[in-house]
Amino acid sequence: MILNMVQAINQALAGEMERDDRIVVLGEDVGRDGGVFRATEGLIDKFGPERVMDTPLAESGAIGVAIGLAALGLRPVAEIQFMGFIYPAFNQIVSHVARLRNRTRGRFTAPLTIRTPYGAGVKALEHHSESTEALFCHIPGLTVVVPSSPYDAKGLLVAAIRSDDPVLFLEPTKLYRAEKQDVPEGPYEVPLRRAAVVREGRDLTIVAWGAMIPVARAAAAAAEAEGVSIEIVDLRTLSPMDRETVLASVRKTGRALVLHEAPKTCGLGAEIAATIGESALLNLNAPVLRVTAPDITVPLPKTEDLYYPNSDRVLRAVRKIMEY
Amino acid sequence: MIERFDPLKGERLCVLDDEGRASPGLDPGLGAAELRTLYERMVRTRAADAKALKLQRQGRLGTFAPSLGHEAAQVGLASAMTRKDWFFPYFRDLGAYITLGYPLADYYHFWMGNEAGLRTPDGLNIFPIAIPVGSQVPQAVGAAIALKYRKLPGAVVTTFGDGATSEGDFHEGLNFAGVFRTPNVFVCVNNQFAISVPRSRQTAAATLAQKAVAYGFPGVQVDGNDVLAVFAAAREALAVARSGGGPTLIEAYTYRMGDHTTADDAARYRTKEEVREWEKRDPLARFRLHLGTKGLWDEAFEKEVQAAASEFVEKAVAEAEARPPASPEDIFAHTYAAMPPDLEAQLAELKSSLPEGRR
Repeated sequence: MILNMVQAINQALAGEMERDDRIVVLGEDVGRDGGVFRATEGLIDKFGPERVMDTPLAESGAIGVAIGLAALGLRPVAEIQFMGFIYPAFNQIVSHVARLRNRTRGRFTAPLTIRTPYGAGVKALEHHSESTEALFCHIPGLTVVVPSSPYDAKGLLVAAIRSDDPVLFLEPTKLYRAEKQDVPEGPYEVPLRRAAVVREGRDLTIVAWGAMIPVARAAAAAAEAEGVSIEIVDLRTLSPMDRETVLASVRKTGRALVLHEAPKTCGLGAEIAATIGESALLNLNAPVLRVTAPDITVPLPKTEDLYYPNSDRVLRAVRKIMEY
Repeated sequence: MIERFDPLKGERLCVLDDEGRASPGLDPGLGAAELRTLYERMVRTRAADAKALKLQRQGRLGTFAPSLGHEAAQVGLASAMTRKDWFFPYFRDLGAYITLGYPLADYYHFWMGNEAGLRTPDGLNIFPIAIPVGSQVPQAVGAAIALKYRKLPGAVVTTFGDGATSEGDFHEGLNFAGVFRTPNVFVCVNNQFAISVPRSRQTAAATLAQKAVAYGFPGVQVDGNDVLAVFAAAREALAVARSGGGPTLIEAYTYRMGDHTTADDAARYRTKEEVREWEKRDPLARFRLHLGTKGLWDEAFEKEVQAAASEFVEKAVAEAEARPPASPEDIFAHTYAAMPPDLEAQLAELKSSLPEGRR
């Protein structure tokens, strides 16, 4: 089936709910409205309001409720309407979701999935363009996942729902309807904790995820014309990170660039650069560079283009690394 | 019975008077053995709490929140629960733990600094205590929705203090419960203080129980130093919840006789006179009088109960202290269902840095 990412996510939810009646969906507007992006469209008709719960407008309450559901044997998939509104639930996520297993030595767990659209590039209003994945990657016990294609979105979401660990599933808004792809109709898993080499190359590795993958691809195509062969590693699971795939690529190419749309300081790029420095220093022909958003608040649409990393900025960094 | 006490009119459910006589229309009608059991549980709670305080002062147990003065609220509530009900406690619930059969050795073990003590034994429906204030409230609501969804019997009880009613999670949890009409019993143990901040600084509302009105379900204030009042209200609220009648908020009106935690000094913010006034309303003393009015208490019984409590406590301390400390594996192994390579490497590095005996 040819699907865009929203449709692939919808299919993952419907397929898993069909398969396992422990799976319930909850959040604001997930029922009759089918979600503001239509990711849960049709689910309430198919599975009823007991399994597709429109909740009061309260993010902390929704995640707290999801913890109780999960601890008593269900598999909730909670939707937070935008990542910019996840912060009221931060306490529930950090203080409980991530550590329930540890603090009860495994007696209770919170195998829930939190889906939320995230990221800039769609000319949205204020608070609708955040990319704060690093905040969550810092929390032991959480798994943070970002798909970059319809195929991966479906397979990763299925894997997230089936995972015994809590998963924060970040959906790049910019990619929701950007690309269509052939997606198998039946259920399948794309494994968590595994990065993918989505473009092979010889000279330089770009590590990216989510909506930065198309930017990396565009830069790689442009670099190709300049005789530079770029390999792209799509991290897919940001935490726990698949460092081996990153390192294997860098050991091969000898050069690395990390690309993310989140601000630079303490972004995941720092973690990745440190990993490369710790484990592949002698393979490097040049310093690891980062192309990121600046350390400022996401600007409103009129100047969003100044903020959002684009392929020109990536290409400049590629040249700098190659000329080192 | 709950609806007979309107918190908006300042009415409070109280079964026992100061002389320990039960009000005939309100007495929950427990038999002799059950009444004595309530007393035994309160005595055990007080003994276990006093022991924990001693252990803390001796450096054998860490910072914890004492339960002195809360015995009636804790024991009365938990005595109304069955093993099919679920409990989402806060951090001052020793009497409920003892009543529900949570091993006291585990309770001590946790407060001595080992997470293993927070692992509820299989078969007991007790969630780990919530230390971030109020955060357990929406979780208890989710658990109640899960019971309903899975068509399981039972209700979900959650406890919290007066300070928690100022938290967003209190509001969000009770609001969800009203909307989803969940089998929940919310028990606010109003002990008049959130560390040093008095109840009057938490809300301008006359009672905490009346907050239920705005969520669309009943709320009742009960005398939290009257074990029969707490029991009666909890029993009724649980029956309503289990039969699909929706949630109830119970405010157990009491007083924190001890410090907030062992790291606190309550003398900084309240007077001795105030504390002395509340000593007169001691929940154990009042219930002892009640047992006396029924011919169920004498010196010999008291001695027997105290001796049994002491043995119960000492055995638990010995058991907790005999347990081995957590290993490096223990503190790593439960972060994820399966340890990722990063953690394996960090664990190996930690172990290689440790002396032989700690690996």
